[in-house]
Amino acid sequence: MTPLLELKGLHVGIPARRKTFEIVSDVSFSIMPGEAFGLVGESGSGKSLTALSLIRLLKSPLKVTAGEILFKGDDLRGLSDRAMRKLRGERIAMIFQEPMTALNPLKTVGRQIAEMFVLHQGKSWAEALKMAVDALADVKVPAPEERVRAYPFQMSGGMRQRVMIAIALACDPDLLIADEPTTALDVTVQDEVLKLIAELCSARGTAVLLISHDLGVIANMCQRVGVMYSGRLVEERDTYDVFADPQHPYTKGLLGALPRLGSRHGAAGRQRLVDIDSLITDKSSLLEKFYFEPRHAVRDPRLRAGGPP
Amino acid sequence: MRGFNFNLWFGGFLTLVVVIGALFAPLLTSLDPVYDANLMNAELPPDGEFWFGTDEQGRDIFTRVLYGARISLTVGVVSQIINSVIGLALGISAAYWGGWWDDLVNGLTNVMLAIPSLIFALAIMAILGPGLLSLLIALGLTNWSWTCRIARSSTLSLKGQGYVQAAQTLGYGDIRIMATQLLPNMVGPILVISTLGIGAAVLAEAALSFLGLGIRPPFPSWGSMLTNARELIAIAPWATIFPGLAIFVTVLGFNLLGDGLRDYLDPHMRTREQ
Amino acid sequence: MLGFTIRRILQMIPTILAVALLVFVIFSIIPGSFASSLMSDGRGGADADMLARINAEFGLDKPVHVRFFEYITGLIQFDLGTSFKFREPVTDVINARIWASLKLSIAAMVFAIAIGVPLGFIAALRPGSILDTITMVFAVSGLSMPQFWLGLLLMYFFALQLGWLPSFGYGGGQLKYLILPAITLGVTPLALLARTTRAGVLEIMNEDFIRTAHSKGMSNARVIRWHLLRNVMVLVVTTIGLQFGSMMGQAVVIEKLFAWPGIGLLLVDSVAVRDIPVVQGTILVIVVWFLVINTFVDIIYAAIDPRIKQT
Repeated sequence: MTPLLELKGLHVGIPARRKTFEIVSDVSFSIMPGEAFGLVGESGSGKSLTALSLIRLLKSPLKVTAGEILFKGDDLRGLSDRAMRKLRGERIAMIFQEPMTALNPLKTVGRQIAEMFVLHQGKSWAEALKMAVDALADVKVPAPEERVRAYPFQMSGGMRQRVMIAIALACDPDLLIADEPTTALDVTVQDEVLKLIAELCSARGTAVLLISHDLGVIANMCQRVGVMYSGRLVEERDTYDVFADPQHPYTKGLLGALPRLGSRHGAAGRQRLVDIDSLITDKSSLLEKFYFEPRHAVRDPRLRAGGPP
Repeated sequence: MRGFNFNLWFGGFLTLVVVIGALFAPLLTSLDPVYDANLMNAELPPDGEFWFGTDEQGRDIFTRVLYGARISLTVGVVSQIINSVIGLALGISAAYWGGWWDDLVNGLTNVMLAIPSLIFALAIMAILGPGLLSLLIALGLTNWSWTCRIARSSTLSLKGQGYVQAAQTLGYGDIRIMATQLLPNMVGPILVISTLGIGAAVLAEAALSFLGLGIRPPFPSWGSMLTNARELIAIAPWATIFPGLAIFVTVLGFNLLGDGLRDYLDPHMRTREQ
Repeated sequence: MLGFTIRRILQMIPTILAVALLVFVIFSIIPGSFASSLMSDGRGGADADMLARINAEFGLDKPVHVRFFEYITGLIQFDLGTSFKFREPVTDVINARIWASLKLSIAAMVFAIAIGVPLGFIAALRPGSILDTITMVFAVSGLSMPQFWLGLLLMYFFALQLGWLPSFGYGGGQLKYLILPAITLGVTPLALLARTTRAGVLEIMNEDFIRTAHSKGMSNARVIRWHLLRNVMVLVVTTIGLQFGSMMGQAVVIEKLFAWPGIGLLLVDSVAVRDIPVVQGTILVIVVWFLVINTFVDIIYAAIDPRIKQT
């Protein structure tokens, strides 16, 4: 099966006079059609930038400096702006972290959903608004015929995120990028929203790129996981494998930092939370080969020798 | 605008030029702005002797512009000080004490904001008659509303802070708290408003003097110089150009300085324009 | 919406009354009375007898509270008293001139909006560019310039040197007489609008919902049309309202400069001769105009931004 999305050696950074200030380095992974792929890492690891670079939403001065982005075989980097715009929303859709501010406060929710139909399917506003009601029903918003005329400020965060999902899935895209979709929501609502995404996407065969710093979120939904640290992809395997047998020291640290209810470590008794010294190393002084060394709790001679394991 | 804050430096430079011109006027010109009037020299274009030309009375415009700077700066600064004092006093106390006093101050502020400032100043000048003192009072009473609003909202948000409550438990008197705890925290925005306010005051003084209600001739107020210049405009345009240019440069200086200060203190402070 | 509208209109009334009170108070304590200025032209020594008779004729000898009562009752009936100088009802005096002021204000405002808003937009869409810098320099200059100086300069160039336009007067309503005064009056609002629009666009452009709009696959032009415009308008409308409202006040100087027969000129002249009823009436009219415009702006704002009606 050919991958739906294939990233090869993606580099994102800020080109400057003498050298490029790199933020995402050499990231490669692929997502199969209909698959849910998780991208996990702490704030600043570059996961959001990777996602934004996929659909060319990077704000200058950030640029993709190298690499291929293959979507259904075509390199997205080579597309004209016009072609890219056509892809956005129709084939690749994105939802963001802050539902509170992601919607235009001056327009009704229905109108903002309807935009998708008018824009991509050439429907009239009247038709599109009717379709918007259905879209709201799909994301389990109660009383959608009334809600269509509501304004964002009249809705809760969870509800707004549902609207965002409705917008994103309106044109049945092949890939949904969800950047920390539940981070800003209450814990109780998080679960609902994630379930909704999982249901809708598996029903429609939509692939999902789920980005989160929360391992629990990823674990529940994704078949495969990529771990990002400091702009690099340090591990990419099946979710189960990552959790059961983490390879990279960072992943180990990440998992070790997870408090587990009622667990014991060995016979000795209570588990000790492993703290990963929290510092994003200064990018400009980053040495190519030794990027993890300053924080590495377990000094691994292999790292010193050169290159990631 | 990161890095070089053009507004701040250029504005500061212009303001400095004007201040120096005002302060050192006697050193920069040997003539008297009021009395050195020689009709033989009337309406001469700018030349080596009269850098800005002469007016209808034969007075050197350069000299008058320099001395006019004294008037404008004095009016601007003093009236703004009065405005700030009133605004701060009313604003802080209204928010601090609340109740009917707050309502009263709010009502008063609303009324003041409903009356265009020039009109209000005009009305007061009508009562007090022309002259420097009336001008200071009139302009001093006109522009305090914005300072008041800002002081009030600042105080409202600062009122609940820990150090204020600490001072209260220590038994500090209200006035003392307002002056020592609350006031210092507003210095930034108040400074910006005041700087911009000086510019506005200079413009207002010029307008009032132009209308004949401010500084009366023969004193060299830039505004009244323009009243006279109006008569001569066909034959002596320099009499119009230079005093007006002086007003422009001065107000520009203060406006840029104010903008620069605002950017320096907090680039996100841009509230709705006045 | 209707409820909001009615509430806002009703809110105007106490402010108008308060202003009327303030205006009355200010002018009832005016020292040099009309009578003395009539008689002696400011020179000392008016005949006390004559003074008393003139005062009686104009009703200035009645005690303050009586005068105030008459004033308020008159106000309610839209009677602003009688002009000392013209011996006519103040309302007539004002009516004769108000259209000229309105014309001037509207022309200036149209000029300011037509040029200022697009300018601010364009500047914001290319921040940091030459165009942007020029626009901002122009804007801050416009705000720093004494309006009457600009008027004089324009007068000098376009009327006296080039002879394209008349230098002052009303000209019986001909368009060419309106141009210079309108431009002069309009420059300051133009500058302010350019700045406000630019700031508004920059602020909105960075909002999340713009990013959402882009992620939907909209072109820049469409994002601007569908999402940016309305949100910026909300910010700009307030400034437009404030400027328009205070324009009658600003116009005072311009009217004097160009001898434009509006109520600004009336005010200045009346102050000079201390024609109190006219001064009071004119100020009241100017203030009411300001309040009406502001209320109108608030209502429009509420129509555009659905969040406001909650308050």
